[in-house]
Amino acid sequence: MTSHVLGTQLLYGGSGILLVLLGLWSFLVHAPLLRKLIAINVMGAGVFHLLVAIAYRGIDTPPDPVPHALVLTGIVVAVSATALALAFGKRLDRDGD
Amino acid sequence: MIDALPLAVTLPLIGALAVTVWPAHARGLGLAGALITAVSALTVTTEVWSRGALRADLGGWGAPLGIALEADGLSAAFLAMANLVALAVSVYAGGYFKRETARHFWPLWLLLWSALNGLFLAADLFNLYVTLELLGLSAAALGALTGTREAVAANLRYLLVGLLGSMSYLLGVALVYAAYGVLDIGLVAEAVEPGPVAWTAMTLMIGGLILKAALFPMHFWLPPAHANAPAPVSAALSALVVKAAFYLALRLWLDVFAPVLGEAAANLLGILGAGAVVWGSWRALRAERLKLLAAYSTVAQMGYLFIAFPLLAATPPGLARENLLAAVVLLALTHGFAKAGLFLAAGMVQKTAGHDRIDELGGAAQALPAATFAIGLAGVALIGLPPSGTFLAKWMMLEQAMILGLWWWLVVMMVGTLLAAAYIFRVLSRAFNREPTPYRFVNDASTELPALLLGLIATFGLGIAAQPLWRLLEQGAFG
Repeated sequence: MTSHVLGTQLLYGGSGILLVLLGLWSFLVHAPLLRKLIAINVMGAGVFHLLVAIAYRGIDTPPDPVPHALVLTGIVVAVSATALALAFGKRLDRDGD
Repeated sequence: MIDALPLAVTLPLIGALAVTVWPAHARGLGLAGALITAVSALTVTTEVWSRGALRADLGGWGAPLGIALEADGLSAAFLAMANLVALAVSVYAGGYFKRETARHFWPLWLLLWSALNGLFLAADLFNLYVTLELLGLSAAALGALTGTREAVAANLRYLLVGLLGSMSYLLGVALVYAAYGVLDIGLVAEAVEPGPVAWTAMTLMIGGLILKAALFPMHFWLPPAHANAPAPVSAALSALVVKAAFYLALRLWLDVFAPVLGEAAANLLGILGAGAVVWGSWRALRAERLKLLAAYSTVAQMGYLFIAFPLLAATPPGLARENLLAAVVLLALTHGFAKAGLFLAAGMVQKTAGHDRIDELGGAAQALPAATFAIGLAGVALIGLPPSGTFLAKWMMLEQAMILGLWWWLVVMMVGTLLAAAYIFRVLSRAFNREPTPYRFVNDASTELPALLLGLIATFGLGIAAQPLWRLLEQGAFG
């Protein structure tokens, strides 16, 4: 593996891990549901970032398809989970009035 | 012959679609789906029993690209327990839910069942993530089915905690793929070697799973979520959903990360388990409501399962270790039956009495002899009195702890057992108060019989007929 590929992977993978940590911090510190949900989605984006970085094999080589498939599935799961959490939140808001 | 492996996952999925399309027939279709799902899953178990580990590559696509399902002794044992309990829960739910709630219950319930079977059978780390998420989503939605504010708030918390756990697990999966380029459990197990990457991946994955398995002190979400769900849902959540996370942790521990493990990690899990046993049992003893008692008892019982990790780590490979592993699985299976039975019976008491406050259960034994008997039977299994499966399992764990000279685990398990006896007898002593004349033993067959059967299996079935489990667990797939 060339140093170019490795450098790119490190840059994107590293920022992915940074996003995960930022999301985790925000998830643990903030109480409001919306902030927690955004935080968990930032975490998810970080993990996907890392997976996309793993798939990169250089500018001339096609990327590894497996991590891409994982990211696509992961996005679907994250959207459904967010939707369910929002539905719960809406129910709580309505009952609170 | 059609392969039973994919059927155990797809049949409940088809059932979930069918009850969504024809909600007017939700109950009938749902029960039919439940029955054929259980039959297909039990077929898988009997095939593993007679022919050894099974594997199916879906669509003919093999690893590393395709999706494979695999059943070995460990997964077949959990699969059989989960499907028997789920069948009993389905029969109970058929009589429990009114028409409107039934429409919402059945699609989610069959979806949960599909995720559960998928989790026990999936052979690669990413599909395990997907089934884990499906399980968490459908469980949270089912738990909030009553629509009360407490239930929605508790299940929102459960959902968020579950998401955090899955995120941690997924990050671990990404690291495994980055390091080894494979996801199939068997292939990862071959490639894995001690080092910072494997160690981090293991910590992230098992850390995420113990959050989902409600191991002390990450158990805070469980009691409100399980105690506020409708009775059949509580039974499934407490008996099966947390058990699935434990199964996966055990699977990763045994088959994937075995070379990476240190005693320190095992001891940490054991210490958390000990905390769960003591704290969970104590809170169960102090609980004012029967369902809250059952939920805290789940926290405690999950603790025993994690105490097994340091014992397993300290036991050299051989017959003693195989026996210990079988004892742990037996403990998990017995708890599955017993806790489901306890929750179903508690639901019956709650429905009849209009409440489940333990101090006001006087006369429950006379009004509902079958439900009270089921609570007693489940209690025998939760305490670990002979001839229950728990007795046998705890006996073997205690014996092994003594042989290894790790006496402190023994003390914890004894204290937990005493506290369990105290909280179960507290319920029974209240239930047998006042009101002299017994009415009828069985009041509502479809809701009481499943609870009774689960209690009977936990107490007599798994205790006296535990031998087959040993034979089943010999069918290992991953070495």
